[in-house]
Parts: sequence; C-alpha cells; structure tokens
Amino acid sequence: MKICVTAQGKTLDDQVDPRFGRCQFFIIVDTDTLAFEAFENQSAQFAGGAGIQSGQFMASKGVKAVLTGNVGPNAFQTLRAAGIEIYTGLSGKIRDAIDKYKGGALKPADNPSVGSKFGMPGAGKGS
Amino acid sequence: MIISVASGKGGTGKTTVAVNLALSLENTQFLDCDVEEPNAHIFLKPEIKERIAAFIPVPEADEAKCNACGKCREVCEYHAIAVIPKGDGAIGSVLVFPHLCHGCGACSLLCPQKAIREVNKEIGVVETGMAGDIQFVHGTLNIGEIMSPSLIRQVKKRINPFRTVIIDAPPGTSCPVIAAVKDSDYCILVTEPTPFGLNDLTLAVEVLRKLKIPFGVVINRADIGDDKVDNYCQANKIAVLLRIPFDREIARLYSRGIPLVKDNVEYKEKFRMMFETITKRHHEADRCR
Repeated sequence: MKICVTAQGKTLDDQVDPRFGRCQFFIIVDTDTLAFEAFENQSAQFAGGAGIQSGQFMASKGVKAVLTGNVGPNAFQTLRAAGIEIYTGLSGKIRDAIDKYKGGALKPADNPSVGSKFGMPGAGKGS
Repeated sequence: MIISVASGKGGTGKTTVAVNLALSLENTQFLDCDVEEPNAHIFLKPEIKERIAAFIPVPEADEAKCNACGKCREVCEYHAIAVIPKGDGAIGSVLVFPHLCHGCGACSLLCPQKAIREVNKEIGVVETGMAGDIQFVHGTLNIGEIMSPSLIRQVKKRINPFRTVIIDAPPGTSCPVIAAVKDSDYCILVTEPTPFGLNDLTLAVEVLRKLKIPFGVVINRADIGDDKVDNYCQANKIAVLLRIPFDREIARLYSRGIPLVKDNVEYKEKFRMMFETITKRHHEADRCR
C-alpha cells in the first residue's frame, strides 16, 4: 500500500517533518517493499493554502495514509475528502514511523492537531 | 482633490491629522478606510443614514457539471481550492476555502464546464452619514474576515468628486494601505521622531514613490525623540508640512473624543495652512505633467 511520510530529508533515515502542509519533503513509500520516492514540497513557501495544496498533492499521488507530526484544519478537510487516513504525533526516523504504522500501533486522527498557519516560519505554536 | 493620510507605523496620529484636517476645511468628505479598526467616528460623531452590507464573490461548484479537471485549482492565485477526483475511497468534490478567496473570479471565468458560479459572502458593512457639514463614510470588516482591500475599495466607491476627500488609511505598508491610498492626489505621512517612526516612515515613502503619489510628512509628538526624522526628510527633499507637539492638552482632548481644532482657532489655521501648501504643490505638479 502506498503511504506518505512528511520528511526533513530525502531518505528513510531522515527525520519526520513535524508539519504537514509546509514540510520539506514528501516521502511516498510502498509499505510492502519499502520502495520509495521523495518529492520536494512545492507548497511549502505559499503565503496561504499550503495545507490544502499539499493535501491535493497527496490525492493526486493516490496515497492511502499520511504520517506526520501535525495537520491543520484545511489540510485535514482536504485529506478527509480524498479518503486519506491521517496519523499525527509522529517524530524520529521515517523508517521507524513506517514500522510503527505497519505494526498497527497507530490510531488515525479524528481532528486537526493544530490551528491554521502552524507551520509558518515565525508563527506561534498552535496559534 | 483626494488627500490620504497614512503612516507606516501605527499609533502615530493618522486619525488625529485626518479628522482635524477635515474639520478645518469647507466642503469635505471623510472616508475612514481603516476598516479593521475604524475610529474616526469617535471624533466626528456622524449621524449614520445608510448601512449597506459589503460582499465578495466566492465560488461555488456545481458537482453535477464538474468533471474534476482541476482548472479552477490551477488558476487560483491564493490556493483556496482543492479538486478531489471521485473514486477509491474519495467522495470526489471541489473544496472551496472561502476565507482564503480574494474574490478575483478567475475560477468561475475559466472553468471549461461552466460549473462554478459566484455567491456573495458578506465581509463587512459600509456606513454613510453626515458629521455636521462633512460627508462621512466608513467600512467595518466583520470579525474573522481578512479581505480588507475589497472592503476599502467598496468604501472608496462612495468618493464624491465635488468635495475635498480626506482618506484615513490603515497603518502599515501592505495591501490594505495600497488599496486606501491608491489614486490619491496627495498623501500625508504621519510619523513620530523615534527609531520606529523613522523606520516605518522610510518604508511608507518607498511605497508612495512606487505608486507615484506626491507626499509630505507631519511629525507628531515633535518634541520627543531625536532629530533623525528631520534629517531624513531633509536629505530626501521631503516637505515637513506640520509639527504637532507632545502636549498634555492634546492627549486630554483625544482621550475624551474631542477633535483638537474644536474651539482652537490656532490649530484650525495650522491645518488650513497645511492644506494650502498641499494644493499649491498639487497644482505645481499638475503643471509639470
């Protein structure tokens, strides 16, 4: 199954990026083979709508689940509409996050974990 | 003639200058374009005669006509639309995020399926009335709304070309300020002789130079701080139109909502003189064009 982990680098040994909409890279990985591809996040620098367009990107890539640190309200709504499961609260290595997911220890989020503009440089946490 | 009053830095005395200028002249119209926090009415005490809701057009997609081509999403400059195609767990829909929409209309215009229509979303209210002989207009943005430029433009639609128009602009140097000062014949920049005052004045000057609007400076609380604003104005050949001292009496009147020029002939004269200087400069500039 195809899932996506937000990442601070381009390999499975890089760290999970705590932001969804404004993460640096999306690592899209096949959970069975661990074959993956890293995409630079084109929406990261948007003044507004980064979460929405990152969600759109997930839908266009056909991923079934997103693993990240936090998801804001607009991204949450977009991912939901695309039928993509959302897992928040992840940190550490991408590889370990994928293992956790495969082990079935994670519960999908029912709500956005942060408010709008969480991932903006200089923005207050959760503001 | 349209004169806008702007500042860069907030709290320098824009409203004080705008209100007292309007009260010192004949045949004026006052537009409070600081729609996020209009306060000129506190001093002018207008009788509001008309209240009209202000709207921006936001898109609404007809899912029956939509084929999820994604054109609307592509053309949206503010990334306010997501198009999720149907199938494989996805409900399939066009998601519009109205608070990000600037109401430009590109999505509805360019939709190949003609599946998008525009619906009005209320963002605030425009009120008009009279404050003595002054025609008064102000806009108030609804709480939680952010599209102040659109509301400012709707306030400015009420400009009366037969009067001297005074526009009280919002602080800063971003989109709302541009919307407020645009098409002015002259702009008064109110500042204070402090490092913050100077820094933000410099930014405001850059904006006005870009917009090609002639301007001059009013220094408020002129006897505090340092002489760097003066030096800056001199070095850049910017006229200092008026200096208002840091005066307890002015503060006392302000805190009670009483305009400075009320019962004060001396200040009324100062504001009139400033207006004369501005008109003279305006006519000279006209001749040079």
